[in-house]
Amino acid sequence: MSEKGMFGVSGSGDTSGFGGLVNSTVITGSTQRPFGTYFDQVADDLERAYPLFSDAIEKVIVDRGELTLFVKRDRLFEVAKILRDELRFEMCVGVNGVHYPNESGRELHAIYSLLSITRNQRIRLEVSVSDQDPHIPSLVEVWAGTNWHERETYDMFGIIFDNHPGLTRIMMPDDWPGHPQRKDYPLGGIDIEYKGATVPAPSERRSYR
Amino acid sequence: MTTFTDPYASSQETTEGRVYSVTGGDWDSLVTEIGATKEERVVVNMGPQHPSTHGVLRLILELEGETITETRCGIGYLHTGIEKNTEYRNWTQGVTFVTRMDYLSPIFNETAYCLGVEKLLGITNDVTERATVIRVMMMEFNRISSHMVALGTGALELGALSPMIFAFREREKVLDIFELVSGLRMNMAYVRPGGVAQDLPAGALSKIKQTVKDLRHNFKDNEKLLVGNSIWIKRTQGIGYLDLAGCTTLGITGPVLRSTGLAWDLRKAQPYCGYEDYQFDIPTTDTCDVYGRFLIRMQELEQSLRIIEQCVAKLEKLEGQPVMVADKKIAWPSQLSVGADGMGNSLNHIREIMGESMEALIHHFKLVTEGFRVPAGQVYTAIESPRGELGVNLVSDGGTRPYRVHFRDPSFNNLQSTAAMCEGGQVADVIAAVASIDPVMGGVDR
Amino acid sequence: MGLSMGLEEKLPSGFLLTTVEKLAGYMRKNSLWPATFGLACCAIEMMAAGAGRYDLARFGMEVFRASPRQADLMIVAGRVSNKMAPVLRQIYDQMAAPKWSIAMGACASSGGMFNNYAIVQGVDHVIPVDIYLPGCPPRPEMLMDAILKLHEQIGNEKLGANREKIIKEVEAAALAAKPTHQLNGLLA
Repeated sequence: MSEKGMFGVSGSGDTSGFGGLVNSTVITGSTQRPFGTYFDQVADDLERAYPLFSDAIEKVIVDRGELTLFVKRDRLFEVAKILRDELRFEMCVGVNGVHYPNESGRELHAIYSLLSITRNQRIRLEVSVSDQDPHIPSLVEVWAGTNWHERETYDMFGIIFDNHPGLTRIMMPDDWPGHPQRKDYPLGGIDIEYKGATVPAPSERRSYR
Repeated sequence: MTTFTDPYASSQETTEGRVYSVTGGDWDSLVTEIGATKEERVVVNMGPQHPSTHGVLRLILELEGETITETRCGIGYLHTGIEKNTEYRNWTQGVTFVTRMDYLSPIFNETAYCLGVEKLLGITNDVTERATVIRVMMMEFNRISSHMVALGTGALELGALSPMIFAFREREKVLDIFELVSGLRMNMAYVRPGGVAQDLPAGALSKIKQTVKDLRHNFKDNEKLLVGNSIWIKRTQGIGYLDLAGCTTLGITGPVLRSTGLAWDLRKAQPYCGYEDYQFDIPTTDTCDVYGRFLIRMQELEQSLRIIEQCVAKLEKLEGQPVMVADKKIAWPSQLSVGADGMGNSLNHIREIMGESMEALIHHFKLVTEGFRVPAGQVYTAIESPRGELGVNLVSDGGTRPYRVHFRDPSFNNLQSTAAMCEGGQVADVIAAVASIDPVMGGVDR
Repeated sequence: MGLSMGLEEKLPSGFLLTTVEKLAGYMRKNSLWPATFGLACCAIEMMAAGAGRYDLARFGMEVFRASPRQADLMIVAGRVSNKMAPVLRQIYDQMAAPKWSIAMGACASSGGMFNNYAIVQGVDHVIPVDIYLPGCPPRPEMLMDAILKLHEQIGNEKLGANREKIIKEVEAAALAAKPTHQLNGLLA
């Protein structure tokens, strides 16, 4: 039965009806000094407090009024500690994961948003790791609130946070296979079994073929 | 005692020892059975379905007598995959998804998302003042309705039944305003990238003024019931203690942070939507307990009413201004309004695209089917929702659909503090502490 | 209300004639206790339906029992995730018969707007549903309409041998029904 027609779903499971324009997403570029507003002060303080600054920070992007520091993963823990202790970024607001399948070697990004209440500043740390070696040191010892955020990023993307006190799934059931928010995971997920009957994943069900 | 024959109540051996499921029967027989094992600690599961856990939250408590030695939260029972779903819809449809995350404060979700999209588009300064003031007014009304649910359900869980009825009565007045302005009581999808979906209808401002008067008068009912009430004070003072150090390391914001004495509110510290032009105070207490958070929420209601009155005054002066950006390439896909031809376009425009310009036809086609494009980049926008800092991480790859939408929901962080607040206390205080955090599981699990 | 048979007006006062089924139905529908199964946004509208303005107490239903053992009606209000589905089934099984269920909202009826890995595409995959209530979220008045339709159904339910007969007939009709792809609509 190989009819082709308007109905039915294949491929990504996108049932929105919109086409399949594939963009390759690599956000490139790096901002040069001066960065503007308080970003220069943050960068200077960090350089002063952390002598290995130029080795640890891969690039700096200042875009749309926000500062992003790309940090190498083995330096992440030290940079985070210095940001918390010397530069007064007391609060890590959240950890986010993004999957860029086209950026080979650096597919998985973990983004830490930091907030300094005393100085009213916000910056962002971004760490990229590859699919083959998705390990990032855990920052739970620096900011305890990253505990659940790192669990969620692990659950959704498969980034393994080393030295996390309890890295398990938090959103999906504990025995769920796969990491749902990766780009290679279908929207409809896996087939669900209900007491012996298997129902196909939602992305397969609109098929009128 | 049905510990062996009931399919849901069998006991099993696990690595941690014997686990009993109790679904009814005589408590004494369970206690004697446990007593025989010489275990001092009991792990109790306040499962996802429980009247006092604010939604589908699973609390796993390890008890020694009535004191809690360890507590863990099991979350994820409402995980909806909204963030992944937005990657398959265009930017405007993202609003309808995102509004259902923290379902008690839909306008805040929408506004945070739209502020992020506008930042990526670079049109933050092009959003008209009328649209911004309407957004602020709807947000403050939403703050009132969310706090009403928080107070009502918090009181209900601790045994006070009347505040719940009063709170929902006031909430209905606010929902009437929502229905008048946007058409729906909840999950309105009213705030759109570039402005709001439609302007206020005629007579809205007078209805709003009347509602503000009624609310201000009726808030006293709940105050009289609870504020000086000795039972309420006994159950909430000194409970759920979390000081400033705990809050900052756990990333906790909102009324919980303000109950430690720190007046941190994003509306004052990092103003958005013109909040720097409004006069209002930030209520704080310094007792770090449930009672302090309750007082903060009650006082925030009055401050929200103040802001709404200022919004109404501004809106009266801004009559006739548009509520969406001028750039039609963003405005039409955002508003999706139905126009004279039943499809949102003027007849002149149809004549032009059908008869005169091929490029115009192509543009129209792409705009209708795909929506507007957002330049590539990454942005983090944060606003002050009733529960704390609601942040949105938006990544765009230059296309018509979001590449990644991640919400930093305040309830997700705030709920992490249950262990810190409850361990060492009693079981009944867990209810009070969780109620004071005011988690909305839709936001926690997304 | 369909309870009496009309004969009483002709006889000396003090009589009420009815059938056992009608009496049982009347009792059951007028004090149907819902179980709290509020999950997401629909739960808030369900609470609003139980609150002062849209009062469910007039139908005898303001007592939302937390324990499923004491509840008759499960209003599944909100989106059911795959993690929650076994819990839903467990709560439903713990309810004592007779029990009914309403799938409140689009997410409970069919998965709603969430056609993804995380949401059960309709709770009828997990429990038997008596009434499907669309809406996102349905207004409290819509919920009351669904409840009243359910009340009608309950009031007319058959018991005993009649019940078995009806069950057999429904099953036979379902087995003999024309499959969807053979239905031709109004043009047939």
